[in-house]
This record gives sequence, structure tokens and C-alpha cells, in this order.
Amino acid sequence: MLYGTRLRALSIATLVTMTAALALAFFYAPMDADQGFMQKIFYIHVPMGIVALCGFVWGGINAIQHLRTRDPKYDLRSYVAIHLSLILGAGVLVTGSIWAKASWGHWWVWDEPTLVSFLIVFLLYATYQPMRFSIEDREKQARYASVFAVTAGAFVPLNFIAVRLAQAYTHPRVFATADGGLPAKMQLPFYLSFLGMTLLYITLWRYEMASKNTSAKLRSLRRKLAGDDAVAPAGRTAAPSLPTT
Amino acid sequence: MILAQTTNALPDNTGYVAAAYLVFFALVLIYVVIMASKLARFERELTELNDLADERFGAGAPASRDPAPAPEEPARR
Repeated sequence: MLYGTRLRALSIATLVTMTAALALAFFYAPMDADQGFMQKIFYIHVPMGIVALCGFVWGGINAIQHLRTRDPKYDLRSYVAIHLSLILGAGVLVTGSIWAKASWGHWWVWDEPTLVSFLIVFLLYATYQPMRFSIEDREKQARYASVFAVTAGAFVPLNFIAVRLAQAYTHPRVFATADGGLPAKMQLPFYLSFLGMTLLYITLWRYEMASKNTSAKLRSLRRKLAGDDAVAPAGRTAAPSLPTT
Repeated sequence: MILAQTTNALPDNTGYVAAAYLVFFALVLIYVVIMASKLARFERELTELNDLADERFGAGAPASRDPAPAPEEPARR
């Protein structure tokens, strides 16, 4: 089955959670006295950032599994996780820039550690796909990509540490601050939004995995039915290839 | 972050908030469109392979390992 009932249930759960989170963010959460209405960006920007960074770490964990077992499915899982986190990361940078413009009057502030450290992580991972593409041998490509994913994945927690160690508190602090952090009526929409974003990530990850696996199975089926000549050579690609039987 | 009393005043910076949410929804929409186009390609390839199997093994051959759903049954996705 290409897309099973579990994936359908996951998709529905994602949609319901995201809708509820956004409804609470706009109609339940109170207006922030300091930032006003523009603080609503927080409910989409922060969960997206956390999930993107966790996705990079998840890619690193799968890369460790790939290096341990040499099973190509873990390389594919790592590749899809990083691919999705890059998309969310681009979203974080754009929504963050919009928030910065609305709040500080600038699209980007270079002396803000949170922004710059996230940009460094994003740019680091932006080299992942070109790096894969530059290696022709598929086995070597998978191995080098896994080493990259593990190393870069270990670098990600530095982003959180940089935020905590930052002295210039230009970027708004919301958790565990001296004045109590996030108010209770803002916590529920935030946590729900975080849950929704996590579900969205898992759903898209599973769709992408199903798509890649189906593509490999179709290729295998075509080879069995029409012979090797009917299947075009894969050529150089950044995407991992699953073994076809 | 300081909590304010609920107010009926018109929200400020609505455009920026709308832009940020639009960026997010656009990203998800583009992803869904790409997935839909991939699904359409898979369906085309499956039809093609089904025809190929019919040609090779004959339309009357047992279809126990046929990857495509039977025409009278709705495809489960």
C-alpha cells in the first residue's frame, strides 16, 4: 500500500492540531503589551525553528545508524530528515526576518547571536546536497554524507547554547526568564503549535519516505518486466538510492 | 514578555503577521503540490507497467501479484 491508513490518520491529526493551535493563538492567547499583534508570529516561528533543529539532529542519529549497519535505508532517512529541516529552516529565516522588521525595524541584525547561529547552521546544512552530488560513487556518497550529518548534528546543540550564553538580550526570551517567562495563557497555544509542527514534520517525512520507496519499487518492477534496457541509468544525483531486487 | 489587558483596539502590524503566516502556508502548499505531482507520476508508471504485464503474460493470466488495484475496487490511499 502506497499511503496507508496510518499515514492518513497522521495527516488528519496534523491538520486538526495545527488548526486548533492557530485558533488558540489568535482568539485565546492575550495580546502582548510590548509587541502587540505582531507577537503572533511567535506561535509559528519558534516551533518551526525548534522542529527544524531537532530534524537536523534526527538526521544525525539516522546517519549514526547508517555508519553502524551500512543499511541504505538509514541513509535515506537521514537525507529526507535533513531535506525537510532545510525547508523548515528557510521558513524560520524568512518569518524571523519579517518579525525582526516589524519589531526592530531591520530585516536582519548581525550582532544577535540567535539569528547568526541559526544562519550558520542553515548554511552548513545547505552544503549537504551539493556535497552529496559531488560524489559519484553511491556507496562513498552515502558514507561521506553520514559522516557530515553526524558532525553537523553535533554542532546543532551549539545553537541552543549560544542563545543561553548570549549577553545581548536583543532577541526576546520566553522560557525561564527572571520575570517568569511565558504567561500561562500563551503556553497552551504555543505547546499545541509545537505539537502541530512536530506532527507536520513527521507526516511530511513519512510521505517523502513512502514516495522514495515507491519510486525504487517501480524501478525494480520495470526492470523485471521489461529488462535492464528499459530502465534509464540513474545518473549522478544527490538523493540516495535504495537497492532494487 | 509583558502581558497586557485584552483590548478592542485595532491590531498593529497586521501585514507583517499575515506575511509570516503566508510564508509558512506557501511552503506547505508547494510541498503538497510537489507530492501530488509525484503521486500522479507513480500512477502513470503503474498503469504503464500494468499494460506491460498484460502484454507479456496475457490479460487472462492470474493477477495475484498485480500491483494495480482491480478496476471495480476503489484504490486505497
